[in-house]
Amino acid sequence: MTLEQDQIYGITAMLLFCLGLHGVVTRPDALRKIIALNIMGTGVFLFLVSIAKRNAGEFADPVPHAMVLTGIVVAVSASAFGLGLARRLGSPDVEEKDDPPS
Amino acid sequence: MSAAVFFDLLLAVTLVAVAWRVLHAPGTFEAVVVFITLGLLMAIAWARLSAPDIALAEAAVGAGLTGVLLLDTLRALHPGAGDKEPVVRHHPSWAASVAAAVLAGVLVLALLGIPRDAPGLTERVVEELPRSGVSQPVTAVLLNFRSYDTWLELGVLLIAVVAVLSLRAGTGLTGVPPGGAGAPLLWLVRLLVPMVVLVGGYLLWLGKSAAGGAFQAGVLLGAAGVLLWLAGQRPVPREWQWRLLLALGFAAFLGIGGVLMAGGRLLFEYPPELAGTLILLIETGAAVSIGATMAALFIGLHFRTGEISTGGADDT
Amino acid sequence: MIAAASVLFCVAGAVFFLAGTVGLLRLPDTFCRLHALTKADNLGLGFIVLGLALDSGSWAVSGKLLLIWLLALLAGTSACYLIANSVLAKREGGGG
Repeated sequence: MTLEQDQIYGITAMLLFCLGLHGVVTRPDALRKIIALNIMGTGVFLFLVSIAKRNAGEFADPVPHAMVLTGIVVAVSASAFGLGLARRLGSPDVEEKDDPPS
Repeated sequence: MSAAVFFDLLLAVTLVAVAWRVLHAPGTFEAVVVFITLGLLMAIAWARLSAPDIALAEAAVGAGLTGVLLLDTLRALHPGAGDKEPVVRHHPSWAASVAAAVLAGVLVLALLGIPRDAPGLTERVVEELPRSGVSQPVTAVLLNFRSYDTWLELGVLLIAVVAVLSLRAGTGLTGVPPGGAGAPLLWLVRLLVPMVVLVGGYLLWLGKSAAGGAFQAGVLLGAAGVLLWLAGQRPVPREWQWRLLLALGFAAFLGIGGVLMAGGRLLFEYPPELAGTLILLIETGAAVSIGATMAALFIGLHFRTGEISTGGADDT
Repeated sequence: MIAAASVLFCVAGAVFFLAGTVGLLRLPDTFCRLHALTKADNLGLGFIVLGLALDSGSWAVSGKLLLIWLLALLAGTSACYLIANSVLAKREGGGG
């Protein structure tokens, strides 16, 4: 079975996505969840760009590239907010914190 | 098998292996450090996929800023991380692992069934590129054809900064930065920050014709802001200046769109002869805002909630 | 001829990076590891830059590559100093 370059990266993207999803679902620690979420995002971006690379002539399809560029910056902002929440809640095991902050 | 295919396969396997290590590392410090490595490897993957713009952004933001944010939060939550961190064995349930594997299989099969001949939107972009005011297709898409999305993205960044700042009980962004890392860091920062600003401006200008543009310039400026902060200098001295910088991108976009609408055009319908100039104006505002946002996200996270830092200018 | 030299330099650079990575993984102490990393990476990057500059055939590109190498040296050295300082401070704080 011969794979094109974009298919190689597309398969990698799917694997990254599933690894990240598994991490988000199974890890109780907020920080590890955010890391896993970032890896899921990376998988999605890799998928978009590998789609853009199919039959690329002089340059690859720029619309998914623009989407991914936007997505990377938004993902950082979302991660930053998630980390702020994690710090505010103060404890890595989010579900074990049962008293509200005063 | 050609060398290029071999390299791509090697890189793909490495990416999956490193991601596995990130998710299954025993200590969170190790996970964060390997995550930064994953970001840098992704930058190579982007370069292989003819996406130099994304490679630039990923190296600066995906590996750099996210890693810094994670390390900083890790240190705040677990002060002893990296040295005496207790190794917690993580045993996910079999059901979760099997489900993830099945999902992976399904997705890979779906991926291999995607038609190989779909042209995508490349032709449409190439048709309209001469009228767009720039000659680099990604910049044209970002700032002309899909400028509405970029404008709203700047809005999302603004919301994120507001959200991060609302989590803090302390002063705004002009509290006293931590210092104490010594003279070498200060000298490094004095050498690097002017160069970073220069390279940022160059990337901004370059976006018209090659890989570059507002995002890459903005994240570089954000990195410069974070470096300044870590060296004990305030990147922006007054609170109102912070707010101005943060809002500038969104406001510039909105202002230009409003002027265009007042002139009888649709929102963001640039007149073709002015398109290049308008794009440059918007990009400058956007780069400044993105830089301020990245730095503000880091600085805003840095103070622990409940810690009110006194000293330094607190006026608005 | 120049292409062969370029490949040779790049391979030499890769060898140095490999040596640095082996040092990172196998040496016992943070200070030893920093030593191995900075030496190997400075030389490794230098050789790769040399190889790429030969391959590019343009003075402008070579100048930019040289600048990249100098900046990487600067960043690497400063990071090495900061890490070493922080490890030393932790050691003295914990042991003293």
